[in-house]
Amino acid sequence: MNSAIALRTIAFKEIRRFVRIWPQTLLPPAITTALYFLIFGKLIGSRVGTIHGISYMEYIVPGIILMSVISHSYANVVSSFYSTKFQHNIEELLVSPVPNWVILLGYIMGGIARGLLVGLVVTLISLLFAKIAAPHLALALLVAFLTATLFSLAGFINAVFADSFDDISIIPNFVLTPLSYLGGVFYTVEMLPDIWQSISLANPILYMVNTFRYGLCNVSDVDTVLALIITSGFIVVLTLFSLLLLHKGVGIKN
Amino acid sequence: MNALSLRNLRKTYNNGFEALKGIDLDVKAGDFFALLGANGAGKSTTIGIISSLVNETSGTVSVFGHDLRKENQQAKRCIGLVPQEVNFNQFETVRNIVLNQAGYYGMSSKEAKISTEHCLKQMQLWDKRDTVSRRLSGGMKRRVMIARALVHSPKLLILDEPTAGVDIEIRRLMWEMIREVNQNGTTIILTTHYLEEAENLCRNIAIIHQGLIVENSDMATLLGRIHVNHFLLDLANPLQVAPQLEGCVCELVEEKVLSVSVPKQTSLNQLFEKLSALNIEVVSLKNKSNRLEQLFMDIVQ
Repeated sequence: MNSAIALRTIAFKEIRRFVRIWPQTLLPPAITTALYFLIFGKLIGSRVGTIHGISYMEYIVPGIILMSVISHSYANVVSSFYSTKFQHNIEELLVSPVPNWVILLGYIMGGIARGLLVGLVVTLISLLFAKIAAPHLALALLVAFLTATLFSLAGFINAVFADSFDDISIIPNFVLTPLSYLGGVFYTVEMLPDIWQSISLANPILYMVNTFRYGLCNVSDVDTVLALIITSGFIVVLTLFSLLLLHKGVGIKN
Repeated sequence: MNALSLRNLRKTYNNGFEALKGIDLDVKAGDFFALLGANGAGKSTTIGIISSLVNETSGTVSVFGHDLRKENQQAKRCIGLVPQEVNFNQFETVRNIVLNQAGYYGMSSKEAKISTEHCLKQMQLWDKRDTVSRRLSGGMKRRVMIARALVHSPKLLILDEPTAGVDIEIRRLMWEMIREVNQNGTTIILTTHYLEEAENLCRNIAIIHQGLIVENSDMATLLGRIHVNHFLLDLANPLQVAPQLEGCVCELVEEKVLSVSVPKQTSLNQLFEKLSALNIEVVSLKNKSNRLEQLFMDIVQ
């Protein structure tokens, strides 16, 4: 069995899918984030002043880019894998000799590709509003990659457990969006009262956003090494859990 | 060599329903085998386990000598499945559906393209290769699933009610296609509700009932067990009461339609002689039901 060919087939299929429907997958984030930059960055941001020595517009750019990466990597895998379940074409994979890790990696690669492509689109839009110095570009790219991986895995697990299309929107609406908005995208945790600062530190997205911001703007509320360890740790745990679900056939086999 | 061996296969679903109660089954390589059963008898569960869509509770499945658990990839490589329900991506083109399946089996791009073209031509779908699959007719969708199942040249093809819901013309066309696949050396296991289909195509047969194999023999032996033939006769003139024919059971269905149950040892000539003696003129005759259908009902009732 040539797993590389099977992996390539799944990953290409996933990438073709979101590229084919680009008006639904790539265009909306460009418009939404342009509005964020215009309203929060340009109109309101000019009254906020500077944070950690940089303009408010520059401060929010990394967070908005990473928020797009998070939501689109998650959305890609959760919608694609759930549709595969819903249409029963998951059976094409279950019948064939594709190892579980190849199925998982193929879908995750699709999620990473869409997350990073949307991140690139948002970055290009942001260049119309702010200058990005990117003093630690490699770190920023690593964080974007790890974040896309982590949320692709989370989307996969959501899809495995989902029994209806409602189930694939509950987590993004009621967990992901609040965590993203409270993850220091628009503010520094230093602005918060002590108790909320402590609570915010339990939000993993805060670590990713700040480390990404450090990569692009040299500014962070958290220890970047700790952030990388936390993100990697989550990836390992969710990968093992996803493989266990596939092995047991949870949600996909009788 | 056995293409398939099931040993003490059991399946109990989470709700406690015992779908399979320990079945043993052997299908020889090259065979055209019918697996029959009423709805809920356990045939879809059996096929689900063989094709890795359902986890068995206990027992073993061996495909061309490869244990499905211990040599999972080798066993799966031997199997092609045509499921009961359409299960491909309805937004994908016909060609991509088959090409993707080839990719899942690790076929190189060149091999996949050649085999895809061959299978689509074999199923008379080559001119539809760039059509988005949801635009196909029901019969074409079923043929896409057969092409997809054949793309990696499986040694064992499982057809789960492949002709359900297709018109008789397409059904007969599909029979020819499937027969050709079997003649080329592929072992076929067929489940169907059209018992005429099983009788026409299959050499061996198993009947599953309430989770157990209740019959397993070759078709000729099984059909040889029929002791009575049932006919419907269209009469030239109306009758008021059913005639009394020695050794036969007659029942008047309508004024000009007579149902007759005839012992196997009684020839049609003898029957017509008896009818002629009573001045009953027969215009046409047909089997009241398919022969296998009679047996099937006898076995499962």
